[in-house]
Amino acid sequence: MRFFTNFGRYLILMYKAFGRPQSGKYFRKQLVEEISLIGLNSLGIVLIISTFMGAVLVIQAGYNLENPLIPRFTIGNGVRESLILEFSPTIVSLILAGKIGSSISSQIGSMRVTEQIDALEIMGVNSASHIILPKIIAALISFPFLITISMITGMLGGYAAAVIWHIVSSNDFILGMHLYFYPFEIAYALIKTVVFAFLIVTISSFWGYYVKGGALAVGKSSTKAVVYSSIAILLANVLITKLILI
Amino acid sequence: MIEARSLYKSFEDKDILKDINIVFERGKINQIIGQSGSGKTVLIKCLVGLLELTSGSVIYDNRNFTTMNSKQKKELRKEIGMVFQGGALFDSMSVLDNVLFPLQMFSGMSKAEMMKRAEFCLDRVQLHGVNDNMPDELSGGMQKRVSIARAIALNPKYLFCDEPNSGLDPRTGVKIDELIEEITREYQITTVVNTHDMNSVIQHGDKINFISEGRLEWQGTKEEFLSSENEKLKQFIYSTELLKRVKPV
Repeated sequence: MRFFTNFGRYLILMYKAFGRPQSGKYFRKQLVEEISLIGLNSLGIVLIISTFMGAVLVIQAGYNLENPLIPRFTIGNGVRESLILEFSPTIVSLILAGKIGSSISSQIGSMRVTEQIDALEIMGVNSASHIILPKIIAALISFPFLITISMITGMLGGYAAAVIWHIVSSNDFILGMHLYFYPFEIAYALIKTVVFAFLIVTISSFWGYYVKGGALAVGKSSTKAVVYSSIAILLANVLITKLILI
Repeated sequence: MIEARSLYKSFEDKDILKDINIVFERGKINQIIGQSGSGKTVLIKCLVGLLELTSGSVIYDNRNFTTMNSKQKKELRKEIGMVFQGGALFDSMSVLDNVLFPLQMFSGMSKAEMMKRAEFCLDRVQLHGVNDNMPDELSGGMQKRVSIARAIALNPKYLFCDEPNSGLDPRTGVKIDELIEEITREYQITTVVNTHDMNSVIQHGDKINFISEGRLEWQGTKEEFLSSENEKLKQFIYSTELLKRVKPV
């Protein structure tokens, strides 16, 4: 029952959030700030995670593909597929749910408990649209870039690991990277990414916006934001994969 | 003038406000007093529309706020300023940006006009040289001043203050009260102040509304306040040792 109540409140909040911003000029200013916060500030962690993710994928693939009947370029091919189809869009999004989701939820939650949201409402400003909409748009713009960068960095990390530890030759790795490449897989990954970005920002905003109490409640809402965003990502991942790939 | 007519507010099964009928007059400090948990903040939130009424109505100068659609409410809210208990300043903005915010949203003024107005409002609350400071760099009293400056930026017809001097030392609290009174008289604003500060009541309460257990228990002026025979009000006034000692015989 509580799930349906919360889902209804979530839909109402989204309806409010997609209301017309009070000032277009102010909205654009906020959008730039949010792209910086959500996109640029996440670049470092995305680069680090993706590099190591790619390297580990190559090491594990090399360890598991010892059979001489399996060509060595399979490692490059497998790493590319894993990164594009799953690791970059899903795993990186899960990590971003932790970083961005908790930040959004605690920011909005703090605004709620310090009555800043009430102050906006009293002024006649649609607080949901004012606070949440720039974050949604910023995430929808930033996430595809972050995930594309993650794919490239992951492959570079994998290449470096393959060459440094002689797991597979440079030529074989590059050959594997090129073989059987379907550009649609990139589109599939980016579709997932956009959906995940929307889920992370809206679910985190929901938990922050409706927080009641003080600092402790803000902390709890932040945890809920990360947990529910992660679950939503995993569920959406299954649904989108089933719909698009099969 | 603001009127609360037969106002009821319940949360789930609990009745918080019961049959509240109050008229808040223009150009006067209309105070709502009562113990913590008596329903003062709920009443003020009902008046400004932050909470929906269970029944009854709120009338702003013959305009029924309760029956307005969201667009009409939004228009009316441009005439309302509010000073929150904790200031509620936007912590990601500087002092000047906080005061500029309502002007940027609603005034349609040029940048130069907005700057002039914001600086006038900050000057009016006697704040100088803090334009670029962030709210957390200010004292509690200064934050309240910024909050007042922001509340009056759009020349409101109605000003709501939720415990404006709570958390302040007595001297700063008195200054904030005096500032609210000056602004009320100067601009002929309908001011509603939610307080449980006795000094504020005795000094500034043009019209005092005492709420007890969600009901309007007593109404009167600051002159009538200390001599009231209402038992609940007497218990409330003389609940501290200090006031018991100075209780008139």
